[in-house]
Amino acid sequence: MLKIDGVTRRFGSVTALDDVSLQIEQGEFFALLGPSGCGKTTLLRIIAGFETPDEGRVSLDGEDLLSKAPNRRPISLMFQSYALFPHMTVAKNVAYGLERERLPRQEIKQRVGEVLETVGLSAHAGRRPAQLSGGQRQRVALARSIVKRPRLLLLDEPLSALDKKVRADMQLELKRLQHEVGITFVVVTHDQEEAMSLADRIAVFDSGRVRQVDRPVALYERPRTPFVAGFVGANNLFRGTASGLDALKSEEFGMLPGTPLAELAADAPALLAVRPEKVELADESAVRGMAGTVVDVSFYGGVSHVSVEVPGHPGPILVAVQGAGSVRTGAKVKVRWNAEDAVIMADDQ
Amino acid sequence: MRRSKLLYVPFWATYVFLYLPIVVLVVMSFNSGDSAYTYEGFSLKWYGELAGDERIRTGLVNTLIVAAGSTAIATVLGTLLAVGLSRYTRSKTLDAIALMPAVLPDLVLAIGLLVFYNAIQLTLGLYSVTLAHALFSMAFVAAVVRTRLSGSDTSLEEASRDLGAGPVTTFLRITLPQLVPGIVAGALLAFTLSLDEFVIAFFTIGNAEPTLPIVIYSMVRFGVTPKINALAAILLLVSFTAVIAGQRMTRIGESRAQD
Amino acid sequence: MKSEAKARPAPRVRGRRLGALVFLSPGLTYLVVLLLVPLALVLSYTVFQRGRFGGVVREFTSENFARLIDPLYLGVLGGSLRIAALTTLIALLVGYPTAYLIARLPGRWRTLALVAIVLPFWTNFIIRVYAWIMLLSGPGLVNSALGKLGLGPFELLYHEGTIVTGLLYSYLPLMVLPLYSAIERLDPQLGEASANLGASAFTTFRKVTLPLTMPGVLTGCLFVFVPSFGNFVIPEMLGGSKSTMVGNLIRDQFLKARDWPFGSALALALIAVLVVLLVVQAWAARRA
Repeated sequence: MLKIDGVTRRFGSVTALDDVSLQIEQGEFFALLGPSGCGKTTLLRIIAGFETPDEGRVSLDGEDLLSKAPNRRPISLMFQSYALFPHMTVAKNVAYGLERERLPRQEIKQRVGEVLETVGLSAHAGRRPAQLSGGQRQRVALARSIVKRPRLLLLDEPLSALDKKVRADMQLELKRLQHEVGITFVVVTHDQEEAMSLADRIAVFDSGRVRQVDRPVALYERPRTPFVAGFVGANNLFRGTASGLDALKSEEFGMLPGTPLAELAADAPALLAVRPEKVELADESAVRGMAGTVVDVSFYGGVSHVSVEVPGHPGPILVAVQGAGSVRTGAKVKVRWNAEDAVIMADDQ
Repeated sequence: MRRSKLLYVPFWATYVFLYLPIVVLVVMSFNSGDSAYTYEGFSLKWYGELAGDERIRTGLVNTLIVAAGSTAIATVLGTLLAVGLSRYTRSKTLDAIALMPAVLPDLVLAIGLLVFYNAIQLTLGLYSVTLAHALFSMAFVAAVVRTRLSGSDTSLEEASRDLGAGPVTTFLRITLPQLVPGIVAGALLAFTLSLDEFVIAFFTIGNAEPTLPIVIYSMVRFGVTPKINALAAILLLVSFTAVIAGQRMTRIGESRAQD
Repeated sequence: MKSEAKARPAPRVRGRRLGALVFLSPGLTYLVVLLLVPLALVLSYTVFQRGRFGGVVREFTSENFARLIDPLYLGVLGGSLRIAALTTLIALLVGYPTAYLIARLPGRWRTLALVAIVLPFWTNFIIRVYAWIMLLSGPGLVNSALGKLGLGPFELLYHEGTIVTGLLYSYLPLMVLPLYSAIERLDPQLGEASANLGASAFTTFRKVTLPLTMPGVLTGCLFVFVPSFGNFVIPEMLGGSKSTMVGNLIRDQFLKARDWPFGSALALALIAVLVVLLVVQAWAARRA
């Protein structure tokens, strides 16, 4: 539905977007994920019409988007700062977009009422933005965007300004809304937990390039590049070379079990990634595994994060165990995992 | 937002409008001919004539006397007023009265003072002008110092009072040092305003020897000659230097305050 | 940040009364003596009679106000209003785009642009008027330039348009600065949001930018209108004998005709108009 083709944007000597191509399907909840400065916001602004790419094309349902002025694109943008008109009431803010479409007043009133009902702000229709809380303001911004029934809704870091509790509620709200209304959502975020919980598919960005586009589970379990492996979720990374078998040849640890994602040339630099919840903690007397010492146990309610210092590995190995865990700090343990629980990829860093 | 190119028309028109007269003024001051209209060649003769003009010399001296005197009065009274209004009262009426001389049209102030001086039978002269200038300068100094005061930290003063110092001591040893940049800025403003002020001086000078703006006024009424252009060019130079120096100083002051 | 300091109450330690006295009395005394008393005097003169040889005779009369309503003088007041309003309007129409574009300039250029606006304002007032006499008179630059194009020469000096030009030249910076201040504070994302919701550039200006910068507009208009309305130097030097404004009349009454009571009445009319305008401005500002 939204086709981005070879988009490049440079600011002087900095390349914000480098030959980016993406295809987003109708009705999808799509996320652009990456650290700050990776270009995701620039791409959003290009789609919305506030930036022009130096190269590339963007089309919506087959129609070229770039030739249209920003106020003529059937796309709504929800700003990170919400950009609510301070001198207008909530109702007027929401009605603004509809008034530009020259709809009859009755219809506007009705639709505004409906959408305010949907976001739960009917009681606040007469208030001004300054009188609302952060969460309420966000819902006004959302209402204002969806009342126009756009084909595409762009959201710039929608949850970053909210408190943790409100954020969790809003996440559910957004998903529910998207399913109810059926609009294609494109969210820009630097918070990978947010992207993972909200999106149907995620495009991971780094330095202006798309590194991987996949469903959240695939991104998590099968990261294809070192960047993605390190960025999405916590991960234990080991550097070494390809061995041609289901293992990574590591200088310090010998052969580490893992599944190569693609054909790797023998002795090519490779990276092994294994998720904390796939790492098993065994007694120090166990046959298999790396020996190490527990340096920290952090309890997070349902899960404990155990940090194990293994000589020869920079930084501790993270092990996630259910419940309160049975080890103490200082205990000597062995960490191990199975080949099918770890992935090996080419190391390009 | 794509800006209409049309917007640039009024933008450039403004700057051309503001600077064209100045450019012409300065260029013609170097005219070797006698007319202020046709340029005949480069010459500094008008500046020479200017230097020899007695009226202008006395006018300048008088203006400086008035400016210095009124600035002195205005700075002292204005600063005290600013402190008083900012720290010791919350009356909006007093705020308004303190601001009035800056807001009322100068003509109204001028006739008020004329009427008053006449009623108390004060002979008009430089001092009547000085007192008059101090009146509106004080309002500006107070405004500038107040801005500085409202941005500063009151806890130092509270600490001083808590330790037993009276209001005057607190002011002299704690508040005043903090205010110095604001006071200097206010004094500079007062001085500049007085130098240039015509209307009030015109009404309150009586038959005494005039200040420079009044001299210029009479010269202009007489006719257009490059001598006025030369005077204008010099005054422009002085003003420009003062403004740019003042700008530099406030930037320095700001960066120090941020330490 | 500044309002935080103001919200704290004044130190309520012992000695506050003394402090108020020490700091406020010198300045206030000065103001009372040299501002309030003179103004009161002027006010009182409006109901007194003119003395035979100038001066004032303390006998009540209403003839000063009667003269005010004379169509001749009402005409002058009306003319002054018209000239001041025209000047303010042009200043706004030219000043707003200028302020807007300055606000969009990057750092260094912006400071330069602002200083460049303010610089002419700090030059001597009379000199600035003189410059226009020079430019607009018969042999002046404007007419010679037009002459080269085969036009004119036009009688550019000594009528209303000249006065407006002179006033505009003097007070345009006073319009640009408050406008710039208001525009600069505007969140650029509001304009983007407006466009995203379908508004054209003009609609965005009308419904978002203008209402939100209205306080700056009102301040700028006030700063231009007040000195324009009460001006006498510019109408005198540039307007010739044809155009008289309230300022000229007042000056004439006080320094030439020596009819101080009538002059006071005129001054009162001037202040009355300004007060009305201030009230209107305050009311409009509160509604914004």
